[in-house]
Amino acid sequence: MSATIAARRRSSPLHYRLLRYWVEGISLLLGFVLLVWTVTPIYNMFMIAFDSHDDVFSGTVWPEHPSLDSFRVVVTQDFWYLAHFWHQFGNSFFVGLMTMFLTLVIGTLASFTVGRMRLRNGWLLTNAALMTYVIPASFLAIPLYRIMGIYGLTDSLWAVILSIVTFATPYAIFIFSQYGKSIPMELDESARIDGANPLQIYFLIYLPLMAPALVAVGTYALLLAWNEYLYNFLMLSTPQSMTVAVALAQFLNSDESPWNFMMATAIIYALPPIILYYGFRRYMAAGLTMGGVKG
Amino acid sequence: MSVTQQALTVGRAVASRPAHRTWHGGLIGSEYAWAIAFALPYVAVFFAFVIYPICYGIYLGDQPALYSELFADPRYLTAVVNTLIYVGVGVNVKMFLAFMLSGFFMRKRWWIKALLVIYILPWATPALPAYISIHWFVNGQWGMLNNVLYMLFGIDGPVYLNDHWMGLACNIGAYIWKNMPFWTVILLAGRMAIPQELYEAAAVDGASGLRKFAHVTFPLMANLYLVCVLLDTVFALGDFNATYFVSGGGPAMSTEVLATLGIRYAFTTALPRLGVATVMSALPLLIPLVFILMRKLRMSEGQL
Repeated sequence: MSATIAARRRSSPLHYRLLRYWVEGISLLLGFVLLVWTVTPIYNMFMIAFDSHDDVFSGTVWPEHPSLDSFRVVVTQDFWYLAHFWHQFGNSFFVGLMTMFLTLVIGTLASFTVGRMRLRNGWLLTNAALMTYVIPASFLAIPLYRIMGIYGLTDSLWAVILSIVTFATPYAIFIFSQYGKSIPMELDESARIDGANPLQIYFLIYLPLMAPALVAVGTYALLLAWNEYLYNFLMLSTPQSMTVAVALAQFLNSDESPWNFMMATAIIYALPPIILYYGFRRYMAAGLTMGGVKG
Repeated sequence: MSVTQQALTVGRAVASRPAHRTWHGGLIGSEYAWAIAFALPYVAVFFAFVIYPICYGIYLGDQPALYSELFADPRYLTAVVNTLIYVGVGVNVKMFLAFMLSGFFMRKRWWIKALLVIYILPWATPALPAYISIHWFVNGQWGMLNNVLYMLFGIDGPVYLNDHWMGLACNIGAYIWKNMPFWTVILLAGRMAIPQELYEAAAVDGASGLRKFAHVTFPLMANLYLVCVLLDTVFALGDFNATYFVSGGGPAMSTEVLATLGIRYAFTTALPRLGVATVMSALPLLIPLVFILMRKLRMSEGQL
């Protein structure tokens, strides 16, 4: 292949070089357009957050008096919408970590039964998971809200946790089943011959070998819970039980809100997932390629 | 039967046996109980939070009167048209661009690798801050977009979110902005999985760039592309955040989609039955999608 290219290069050097410059120029231009397209909304976020209180939207592309004051206000909870900010931040973490934990436990147990122990009619479970995976979460919001009331979980973080676990486990089962195929069945066999029961095989063989998939799915579940808005908004109503997402959207209720405080809150809210995301990017990408697709 | 023949038959029997993928001798004794116990948590979640809500939803939305009420409501009809445009344009434009960009990101340049790291930022950013930022970015009076337009060209930009079509376009643009990196990465992974030898063989046969695309890349990517489009159609159909935070459904509820209209009926105007009916009216589109997707995802197991 390289020989043919080299031959072509020799036969028409000028033509070839022009073509290369042309391709290079086009891709540089495309790269620049992509960069502007990607960064603009993020830049806009910082611009509004850096505005000082008096000249919000002073009509420039960069604030006249940039200040970090709005971040100070958020961090010290110095505004009545933000009175419980750190408590709500904690709520968000609680919801995220619990969702992650439950998703991992339920997902690994189910995929162990179906993929390793080959429970008869296990395909029913796989199909149930697949079906849940392709139902949009927002379409179940109204009945699920009512049902959480019936279960006695009104204004409870557990209502949010359980709803998100419901929508995260199908993906977990999907990924775990895919990844589990790479673990040789002979390991389970030899453990069985040595007298291990399924619980021991699950804890001592299956879970340790599934570690990369656990990281991928755990990150996915944590981010899903942290970023979720609709269920948080529907199920949590008092400032004490709200998560940051709901508190942030509350700013939109009034037209007089200080948008720079809101944007500072938004940036602080966006930081943990972005850090987590870039930290575990390798695992996320691995999880995606081994198991298909999910946003 | 000679020994060789015997060996061959045995060999064939061994070869034709499916790969050793299950526990030898099936589940023995107490193992069956363990297997059931392990499956129980998911079964419980599925019945309590999927089956029960679905049945409850059907019970809430089963009166024909609700649907005649809906079809008489112009806001509902607008929402149906909006949903079709939102899903049709949003998904297809994004997927096409993502597919093209995945080819761009295959190029081996240091700055393209660096760009990819920045490019996935919208995917890493939570939807809520991103959409709120876009909401202000396109604000007619103080938004940065109009400020830049004024600075560069001296034009006063329109009040985007006061217009039905421009509002809808902003929602779709925001949705594309947020989700395109994700699909680009998926399609990029698909492209990277294509063996390089195929391209080399095509090059030896004298295929140019376009021909390589038509005869190698496209046939091998077609199935993945189709699965992605279908999946994203489902996601877009259920997308609540972009419409809710960018245009807020305004002006005068003219940019609502079914997902936001259902929630608005149920929680703002306290008509839960009408809200459920709104969402259920998307089922004729959703159910075939779900069936096709379940088939596709099951078949593509281990291949995606």
